Amino acid sequence: MTAATSSATSLRAEQDRGRRKAQNKEKWAQGRTYISAAVILVWCLAPAYWMVVTAFREVGFTYDTSILPSHVTLDNFNTAFDTSFGNRFGQALLNSIFIGGVVTLVSLIIGVFAAYALARLNFRFKYLVLGFILGASMFPGVALITPLFQLFTNIGWMGSYQALIIPNISFVLPLTVYTMTSFFREMPWELEESARVDGCTQGQAFRKVIMPLAAPAIFTTAILAFISSWNEFLIASQLSSDATQPVTVAIANFAGAQPNQVPYTAIMAAGTIVTIPLVILVLVFQRKIVAGLTAGAVK
Amino acid sequence: MATEVGSTPVKAPASGGTPIHHGPKGVGEDNKILSQGKWASWLLAPTIIALAVVIVYPIISAIVMSFQKDAGLDPATGLFTAGGPAGVQNYVNWLAQQCSAPAGGTVACPPGTLGAQFWSATATTFFFTVVTVTFETVLGFWMAMIMARTFKGRSMVRAAVLVPWAIPTAVTAKLWFFIFAFEGIANKLFNTSILWTGSEWPAKWAVVIADVWKTTPFMALLILAGLQMIPAEVYEAAKVDGATAWQRFRLITLPLVKPALMVAILFRTLDALRMFDLPYILTGGANNTTTLSILVINQIRQGFNAAAALSTITFIIIFLVAFIFVRFLGANVVEQSGATGKGKK
Repeated sequence: MTAATSSATSLRAEQDRGRRKAQNKEKWAQGRTYISAAVILVWCLAPAYWMVVTAFREVGFTYDTSILPSHVTLDNFNTAFDTSFGNRFGQALLNSIFIGGVVTLVSLIIGVFAAYALARLNFRFKYLVLGFILGASMFPGVALITPLFQLFTNIGWMGSYQALIIPNISFVLPLTVYTMTSFFREMPWELEESARVDGCTQGQAFRKVIMPLAAPAIFTTAILAFISSWNEFLIASQLSSDATQPVTVAIANFAGAQPNQVPYTAIMAAGTIVTIPLVILVLVFQRKIVAGLTAGAVK
Repeated sequence: MATEVGSTPVKAPASGGTPIHHGPKGVGEDNKILSQGKWASWLLAPTIIALAVVIVYPIISAIVMSFQKDAGLDPATGLFTAGGPAGVQNYVNWLAQQCSAPAGGTVACPPGTLGAQFWSATATTFFFTVVTVTFETVLGFWMAMIMARTFKGRSMVRAAVLVPWAIPTAVTAKLWFFIFAFEGIANKLFNTSILWTGSEWPAKWAVVIADVWKTTPFMALLILAGLQMIPAEVYEAAKVDGATAWQRFRLITLPLVKPALMVAILFRTLDALRMFDLPYILTGGANNTTTLSILVINQIRQGFNAAAALSTITFIIIFLVAFIFVRFLGANVVEQSGATGKGKK
C-alpha cells in the first residue's frame, strides 16, 4: 500500500520534472531565438543608423562616437545641396527620379506583355525565351559598356539622358518580366473565364476582372524596377555628364570645401536623403516586395 | 488557385472552349497552340527586340571590337595610327600579359600597367566571390532559420533585413568608407588603428564585410521563401519518429531547401563575379582590390578594343560559371522559375 503510493508519487514527481524540463527547454529555445533576432536587428540596422546619426552631427564632431545624436545640426543637409563645391546633388536627385521613372515605365509597359505571354500562353521556344531573358538578367554590365561607350561617343550621345536610360532598361526589363511572370502565374485566371461565361466581352473581362487583380502586382514590380534603376552606378558613372548624373554618381564623387578633406557629414546627409524614401517605400510594402523578390527564385 | 495555369490545353476542355485571348474558337488543339504562338510572338516581340538592342548588339559589337587594334599615337614614329585588324593580340595582351612593344613585337607588360593586372584582378574577383558568397550563404541560412520561427517581433526583423538591401550600393560603399575611416567607428569600437583602405588585406576585408552586410538579407529572404515551402507535417512526422534537431536539419531542411538555395547561390555568385560599385567607391581598386569589372573600366579610356577583349573574357568567365552551376550543381533556374506551374513542385 505504502509502496504503491510512494511509487505513484515518484511517478508524478518524475512527470513534473519532465514537464518542467521541457518547459525550461522551450523557454531556453525561445530565449535563444530572441537573442538571435536582436543580433540580426543590430547587424542590419546599426550601420544604417550610424549614417543617419552622422548626417545630423556638426562637422567638428564627425568622428564622435556617442550612440545618440550629439551636437545636432541640419547644416549637413544644406551642405549636401550646396553647389559651390561643384556638387550638383539637387540636380542629381531630379535626374535619378526622371531616369528611374522612364526606365520603370518603359520596362513595365513592354515587360507586362511578355510576362503575360510567358505565364499564360503555350508556345514553342517558351523555355528558350525564358532562358534568354534570365540570361539577360545575369549579364555583366561591363560587357555592355565598352561598345556602348564607343557607340555613344560616335553618335554624340555621351552624357545624354537616353545614353543612361537605354542601357538601364537592359538591367531592369528582365527583372520586370521575371517578377511579373511569377505574379501572373499565381493569379486566379478562372475568374476571367467565369466573367466571360457571364457575358463579359474579352476586353471587359480583362479590364474589369484581371486588371484590378493585377494592379498590386504591377505596382510591386514598379517599385522593384524603380529601386533597381535608382541603384544603378556602373553605366551612369561612365556615360553621364555633370548635368545628367544620377544620385549614385553624385554621392560617389562628393567633394568638400578642401580638396583633401572628405565631407563625411554632408555625404551621410546625402545618403540619408537618397535612402529614406526607399526604406519607407520598402517598409510600407514589405510583404509585397518580399513576395516579388522571392517569387521568381523559389516558386 | 494551384491550377496548372501555364498549361492551357489541360484545362481548356474543362472550361468548355478555347482559352480566352487567343485566336478563332472551336479549332483543334494544334491550331490552338499555333494561334497561341502567334499571340505570344506579338506580346514578346517588344521585350525581345529591346533586349536584342541593348544586349545582343553590344555583345557582337564587343567581340568584333576585340579583334581590332586600338587607334592611337605610335610611340615609335609619333604619328597617329588608325588601328586595323589585330588578330588575337588583345587577348594575348590580357591572358599572356604580353603588351605590344614600341619597336614592334611584344614584351611582357611592365608591372603596374593595366595589361599586367589581368591575373591578379581575376584572383581578386574570385576571392571576393568565394568569400562573400560563403559568408552570405551561411549567415543568410542562419537568418532565414531564425525568421522562419514564430516569435513576437518577427515582422520587425523581417522588415529590418530589407533596410541594407534598399540602400543603394554607392551609398553603402560611402557609408562603410566612413565606418572604416582611420578615426571611424570601426577602429574606435574594436580599439584598433587599422588603415582599412590603406593596405591589401584590410582593404579586401573591408570590401567583403560591406558586401556581406548589403547582400546577406537578400540571400536570407530567398532561403526563407524556400524554407516556407516545406510543409510542417514533415517535421512533425520526423519528430514523432524520434529524429534529433540536427537530423531534421540535415535530412529534411537541407535537401528540401536545396533547389531554392542553389538558385540563390547562383544569383549571388554571378553578382559577385561582376562586382564593381562597392570596391570602386570603397577602395578605388587600390591595394589589390581591382576586380575584373574595375579593370575593364580603367582600360576603356586607354583603348576601347583592348577593353572590349577584356569584357568579352569577363563575360565568358561568368557564362562558364553559370553553366557549371546549372549543369553540374543542379541550379535549375529555368525549371525553377519556369512555366511548369506550381503543381510540379
